[in-house]
Formats: sequence, structure tokens, C-alpha cells
Amino acid sequence: MKKFWAVFVARNKEFVRDRASFGWSLFFPFLLLLGFGFMLGGDGQDVFKVAVLGTVPQEAQLDASQSEEAQAQAIQAEATQPENGTGFFSTKHVQFLEVDNLEEALVKVGQHRFDLLLDPGTTTSQPRYWINSSSAKGYLTERILWGSSTPKSYLKQEIEGKEVRYIDWLMPGLLSMNMMFGALFGIGYVMVRYRKMGVLRRLKATPLSAFQFLSAQVASRLVLIIATTTIVYVGSNLLLDFQMLGSYMNLALVFILGTMCVISLGLVLAARTASEELAGGLLNLISFPMMLMSGVWFSIDGAPGWVVNVAKIFPLTHVNNAARAVMTDGASLMAIAPQLGALSVMTLVFLTLGAALFRWE
Amino acid sequence: MTPILSVRNLVKDYADVRAVDDLSLDIAEGICFGLLGPNGAGKTTTVEIMEGVVDQTSGEVLFCGKPRDPSFNNEIGIQFQSTSLQDFLTVREVIDLFGSFYPRQVPTDEIVEMCALEEFLDRDHRKLSGGQRQRVMLGLALVNDPQMVFLDEPTTGLDPQARHNFWELVRTIRKRGKTVLLTTHYMDEAFELCDEIAIMDHGKVIALGPPRELLAKQFEGAVVSLPSGDFQPSDNFSWTTYQRDGRVEIQTSDVNATLNHLIDQNVSLEHLNVKSRTLEDLFLELTGKALRS
Repeated sequence: MKKFWAVFVARNKEFVRDRASFGWSLFFPFLLLLGFGFMLGGDGQDVFKVAVLGTVPQEAQLDASQSEEAQAQAIQAEATQPENGTGFFSTKHVQFLEVDNLEEALVKVGQHRFDLLLDPGTTTSQPRYWINSSSAKGYLTERILWGSSTPKSYLKQEIEGKEVRYIDWLMPGLLSMNMMFGALFGIGYVMVRYRKMGVLRRLKATPLSAFQFLSAQVASRLVLIIATTTIVYVGSNLLLDFQMLGSYMNLALVFILGTMCVISLGLVLAARTASEELAGGLLNLISFPMMLMSGVWFSIDGAPGWVVNVAKIFPLTHVNNAARAVMTDGASLMAIAPQLGALSVMTLVFLTLGAALFRWE
Repeated sequence: MTPILSVRNLVKDYADVRAVDDLSLDIAEGICFGLLGPNGAGKTTTVEIMEGVVDQTSGEVLFCGKPRDPSFNNEIGIQFQSTSLQDFLTVREVIDLFGSFYPRQVPTDEIVEMCALEEFLDRDHRKLSGGQRQRVMLGLALVNDPQMVFLDEPTTGLDPQARHNFWELVRTIRKRGKTVLLTTHYMDEAFELCDEIAIMDHGKVIALGPPRELLAKQFEGAVVSLPSGDFQPSDNFSWTTYQRDGRVEIQTSDVNATLNHLIDQNVSLEHLNVKSRTLEDLFLELTGKALRS
């Protein structure tokens, strides 16, 4: 324990005294956030999003079921405005999305991700729609529905909920991405440099065991990353006031486990090589697909099934999903248990592998 | 008395070269043992096998007559030829760090005094001069109060002043009863510090013994040296001669007789000098090549 502590403290001092990289590890995420804050400041997405339960009704079919008079009107309208149907489902600048699960769709209405949710109804049930009472776009979409010629009497239902802005959605991803780079490159490059410069060679000639050395490195990185993540979190919150609906304990748990997992992955990659070039290549090989496929920047829910499944091998996917669930949906510990479980298993596998492969020289 | 360290029939093969070739040595407790040889002779490989840092291909290493066990690391101190330390740490922090690895730890103040580290104790270890750095590395090799200290070319690249300072430190360690194993390619260093030396070439020991005895065995008397322009030995010249650096060197056990002979021959003695043989000459004699080629 004495040896572990001594290496741990030495590593912390080394990190904190390396002003340039320490400063950068704090400064970089703010730079990213400021960039995003600026980019997202203007509202570039003026398309209304309407979710339709089941399938989007074909306007022509609807027309066919209508009276001949209405049909004639529709044809006339089409003649004068050939590119515009008069039915609601032909409205330009409205994106119609088909959904199957009413509950999930309602959550998204609550988060302003759908402006309006429409249930065309069946022969037995009445057509309904839901809007968020605090959403301006919801209100406008409703007016479009009323003003269109689609002749149905919809039952109006209201939902309340605060908007989830892109920045709210992005925040967990940015925190996790920052954590990933800090963990992978932090542990990877340090180990390779230690090996190359002969620091490991010198330590090998002491009674310090590989396990004591590695666990101290992991612990030091973990503490430093959690500390910088906390600083970045607080700082970004002051700047952007993003959403945090869940418990801080759960979020901390997600990040601690996630950081352990990615650090362990870094140990595996840096277990043997003494070449910074090779290590850099290996780290990029892992970090870039992980950044793109784990849902840092955009959701991969809409991607083909195999992509979603492949993404599950990345620890960061689980960190993003769990952190996002906690922050934007206020998920409970039970709800994120699958992700926490996956991270724990991966951590164990990576740690075992990393320790088994480790060479001092 | 059992030697503190023995190696028996040590062999180390690398992919295309046999670095150590059936080498056997005994190192008595409390002495300073020197391992000499040109670059690539296998000194460092031999020492690193002894230290347990490198595994041998075959042969055995005995510490106090027994195979080394895990506690061996607690009983030795090592100064590597080229290793470095964690960045951004001061000298004091590095010594404390390494001290904490060992069950038996010499107080930092004692190390500081022994290795004269006082003046740069709170400086970043990367900002030290070569000599200061080697003193810190020696300090690290002593933090666990080892029975035996390995010093691998500790003075290579140091200026003469720093080398002499370092020699003083090694003598201090000797006085504390520690066994020192020193590798070097400076003959004067070996001559100054070592009680016993082994000269290595091509992975083998080619000469072994106290430096003075080795010299006496190989060269009797002294060397009389003259510029080649002033003197060329005839075929029936009575003494062994060498041609070296534009001079003729005459190996003699009787300087008077040699000088009288030269005077009888009317050789100019204006640029003559007389010196005793050095380990450098011994090495040249044994291997046919200079040490620092």
C-alpha cells in the first residue's frame, strides 16, 4: 500500500506540474463547448417534426375516401398549386416520422424533440394528437393541422415538459469524449514514454510489482479525470445552463466506471510497445471509431441494426447512453444498470488483459 | 569465504550474436570489482543478468552461494547506464519515492549527505548537470542500504572534475562495507577504484586479477619511448619494441641498461621519456584494439 501510494502521489504531481498539458486538458473541452454554443446559438432547424403513430396516411387514399366534392376541390387546388397538396400530410417543411411506441414518442414530445404526435386512429378509436403546451413549434404545427384540409376531428391532448436542446443532448457526449481522450492518451502515452525513456526499466529493478505500479497509474488517472470532468461540468453549466434531471450520484457512478473502463483499455493498448508512433496509431484506431460510433455527436439510433450492435463493443457507447439517460431523462439507477453492468465486465476484462500483457521493457 | 555474487557458465544469446559466452566469475564480499572492455564486449549484458534485469540463456547466478530469490532486489542497488525517472519531480521527491519501495529505507538526509545532493535537493531532476545527475542515480541505488551496488559506466560523459568527485563517492561507499561492481571503459578509473578487475572481449573474460598484478604479469619494468625519427631498432635489438603514434616504445625491465645501450648507439635522447605501463597498454596487448575505438 505504501508503494502504491508513493507511485500514485508521484504520478499526480507529474500531471499537475506539467502545466501545459494540464491546462490544455481543462481548456480544450471549454473551447469545444464555446464552439458549439456559438454554432447552435442560431436556430438552423426550422423544420417541424410530426410523429405519426403507425404509418403516415397516404393523402391520395384519404382523398379517395372523401366525398366527390372534396376530391374535386383537392384536384383544383393541386392544379393551381401543383407542388402542394392541401392535406396536412402534404405540408412542406414538416417532417413526418413514423413511430411505433406511444410512450417513447410522448417522452420526446415532452422534450420538444417532436413538435406534435398524431394518432390517425382506427375504425374503433378516435384520432388524437398531442402537443407540448410550452412549445411554440407545437402550437404552430397545431395551427397547420387545423388549417389543412385533412377532414378529421382530432382529439387534442396536452403534455408538459422542458425542451431538450441539442446542447443538452450533446453535453453528456462531450464530457464522455473528453474523458475518453484523457484516459486513453493519458495512460497510453505515459506508459509508452516511461518504457521508452527507461523509467519502467529503473522501476523494474526495485521490489515494486507490476500490479502495484499499474493500479497506482489507473487510480491516479481516474482521480485526475474525475476532477477535470467535474471542473468542466461546473464551468459548462455556468456557460450553457444545460439540463440535468437525474441524480448526481448516478452520473458520478457512470463516469467513474466509464473512466476505469477506458483507462483499462488504454493499458491493454500500451502494454508492450515502446514506440510512440505505434501507440499513437493504436490509440487513434480505437478512439476515432469510438468517438463516431458511440453517439457523442449524433444519435446512432436511426443507423442500421448492425451498426447499433457493433457500437455496443465500445465502452463509450454505454457511458453516453447511461449519462444521457441520467441527464436528459432523469433515469434511475435501475434504468442504467445494464450499461453499468456492461462497463464493469469490460473493465475487468481489460484490466486482466492489460496486466497479463504488460512488459516493463 | 563464500563470494557475495558468483556466475557460472553464463551464456546470453541475442538474435544474431552471442553477447555473453560461457562466462564464470566470483566477486568477493566488500571489494570493488571492475568489469572492463570495449563497447560491445558484453559488459552491460553481463551486469544486467547479474542484477536480474535481463534473463540469461543458460548458466546460473548465485547470491551469497544461493540462487537469487525475490528478496534479492532488497539487497542490491543499481545505477543503470541509461534510465530516467518520472518527470516533474524534485531530487528529494525521487529519493523518497524510491525509498518507499523498500522494506529497509535509509533516511533521505543520510543519502543527501553521502552523495552530496544538498545544493540541488529541491530542483527538478531533469535540470541537473551530468555529474549531479549521476550522484542522484547513485543515491537512488543506495536508498535501501544494499549489500551490493552495481554501477554501469557511471562516469561516461562526465568532465574530469565530476569524475573525480564521483570516485570519491565510490570510495565512501566502499568504506561502508558495500561490495561494488563497476563497469567502465576508462582504465584509469578501474586502476583508481578497483581491487580486482576482469577484462572482457567478445563475451568472454580474457584477464582477471588485481590491476597491479595484471600489469606486472604482462609488463615488467617500464617503457622507454622515442620519436621514430630519432631511433629505429635493428633486427638484433635486445628488447621488445612497439610502434605507436609515431614513436618507438621499448619494453624493458632494466631502464639503465637500455639507456646505456641507446647512448652507445649515439641515439638522440632529447625527446625521450620513460613511463610505466598502464591498463590501456595491457588492454591493447590483450585484445589488439584500443578501448575507446
